[in-house]
Amino acid sequence: MAENEVWIFAEQEDGVLNSVALELTGKARQLADELRTKVGAVLLGYHCEALAKELAAHGADTIYLADHPALRYYRTLPYARVICDLVREHRPQIVIYGATVVGRDLAPRIASELWTGLTADCTDLQIGDYDDPFTSRHHDQILYQIRPAFGGNVIATIVGPNHRPQMATVREGVMKLTPADNHRPFQTIPVTPRITDAEEVVEIIERHRTEREVDLRKAQIIVSGGAGVGSKEGFDLLRELANVLGGAVGASRAAVDAGYISKAHQVGQTGTTVRPRLYIACGISGAVQHRAGMQESSKIIAINTNPDAPILSMAHYAIIGDLNQVIPMMIRAYRGH
Amino acid sequence: MSLNLIVLAKQVPDTKNVTGETMKEDGTVNRQALPAIFNPDDLCALELALSVRDLYGGTVTIMSMGPPRAMEILRDALCRGADRAILLSDKLFAAADTLATSYTLAKAIRKLGMPDIVFCGRQAIDGDTAQVGPQLAEKLHVPQATYVKEARLEDGHLRVTKDVENGYEILRIPMPALLTVTAGIQPRPPAVKRLLKYKRVKTIFDLQSELKEKYPDLSKEELDRKVEEETRALAERDLLIPVWTAEDIGANPERIGLKGSPTRVKKVEGVILRGGESKIIPATEAGIASLVQELKAGHILS
Repeated sequence: MAENEVWIFAEQEDGVLNSVALELTGKARQLADELRTKVGAVLLGYHCEALAKELAAHGADTIYLADHPALRYYRTLPYARVICDLVREHRPQIVIYGATVVGRDLAPRIASELWTGLTADCTDLQIGDYDDPFTSRHHDQILYQIRPAFGGNVIATIVGPNHRPQMATVREGVMKLTPADNHRPFQTIPVTPRITDAEEVVEIIERHRTEREVDLRKAQIIVSGGAGVGSKEGFDLLRELANVLGGAVGASRAAVDAGYISKAHQVGQTGTTVRPRLYIACGISGAVQHRAGMQESSKIIAINTNPDAPILSMAHYAIIGDLNQVIPMMIRAYRGH
Repeated sequence: MSLNLIVLAKQVPDTKNVTGETMKEDGTVNRQALPAIFNPDDLCALELALSVRDLYGGTVTIMSMGPPRAMEILRDALCRGADRAILLSDKLFAAADTLATSYTLAKAIRKLGMPDIVFCGRQAIDGDTAQVGPQLAEKLHVPQATYVKEARLEDGHLRVTKDVENGYEILRIPMPALLTVTAGIQPRPPAVKRLLKYKRVKTIFDLQSELKEKYPDLSKEELDRKVEEETRALAERDLLIPVWTAEDIGANPERIGLKGSPTRVKKVEGVILRGGESKIIPATEAGIASLVQELKAGHILS
């Protein structure tokens, strides 16, 4: 199977690639190198050919470009039709998608039509061997799809030994972005979509987009608050520290559920996965759910009044104390007096 | 108009309450130790279905695939206003992944007759995959809309509002269609009158174990006859939740359960806390100042 490519779905909207598409390309490059094969990126849209170069710079060898007015905006049925047809024609061994609203709508539809396996929300992908206890067959170099389950309490490794392509959706912000090389050679293969009336039945009547309130994935310093912040107003102090340090404000699910701050700020399994240079956890106890989304931060400071809070033992610097006293101390210390 | 609406629901372990005791030594979760609840998004799906029925007329059928105990959520759905409930339960369904599950559900729905709208929750809290809805839509060959928060009819079509990454969209979809419903719709509470009626609702599993306990000396044949009698009596009073097996829905045994699942769990590990390297910083001006100095020296802070 070594010649079969590793593919990614290159999600774009209004001519801009979703950053997860580039994260996936980097990961696919790594998998394809190990499998000694090529990386294919499947790019669907209208007037979006300019994005091919960006995908190539991050590791794609072949861009399958379906450029068609019916593909201008994402709709499940036309997108699924084009990708299923492409998969049947080119037989990639692996296809990965971002676990975005679009990816999670599209990938299962495709998996069902192709009658193949799909693992949701992976946080890692690896290549390895597998001995199937049911068939006693040995499988060389298949895809290990690694994901948290049970609300983040366990990590499961899933395989799909007997079906191709092997498919997974991958959480945003989890795979590291590899540096771009604008001189990588690549090939664009134009694709003529076969979209019939049956795929055109759903009509987008209105589209509403708002600016992202905060993009935690790009923040290098994150000051994050949990239930211990105690109130909406309590977050003002965290905002002040974030401003002083040049960072962004994050939150645990408990703080978001309590209504202290909007969901856009949520770090963790059901929020955003972050890996900033510095993560300051204030009044966050450290549920598995939350740790899953921030444990790869380079340095972690935890401030908590409870000496038994799990977050303290995983932090590089543990401060047992009241955040309302400790944060002002930090601000004063940083300003240098 | 009389709409035929189906809601699919799952009974799930309450993963929010996972503690040390619910984790087994091998790192897997002891499902038995967790309370079983109505999957939260599925309650939202039920509410949206009930509100569509209340507006336009029709019937809401709630269906769940699971062990005998899953009838608890079906009873709950009846108390909240569902018109009919069906339990899909068979040992052959066990250990199904999302694809085998969607195949099974599609077979059951086809047995029921193609509905106008199928409602699913966006995702279940035990797996968080959000895959069964779209897979089922494909198996039924109907269009889908995921992350739906509003739905109404407009000249014979569905008009739905769905969440997208940075905003929302309004779609026009012909019926039949499948919708997956996102959290945030407040489910109605059970109605008192319905609670009184449906606390007596049962499945054949309940009757089998009750009668076995009540008549321990009966032969298997006699017991089966008794179960059949009582089943009929309950059905006449509208208090029976039918149980459908793999055979009842005409499922291909190769397509269901573990056998029909392309994905396999290779390994499950408990999440291990990284630890042992924390440096305790005193919560004093001096302690914090030296921490900030250290971070500046290490180029963590600039």
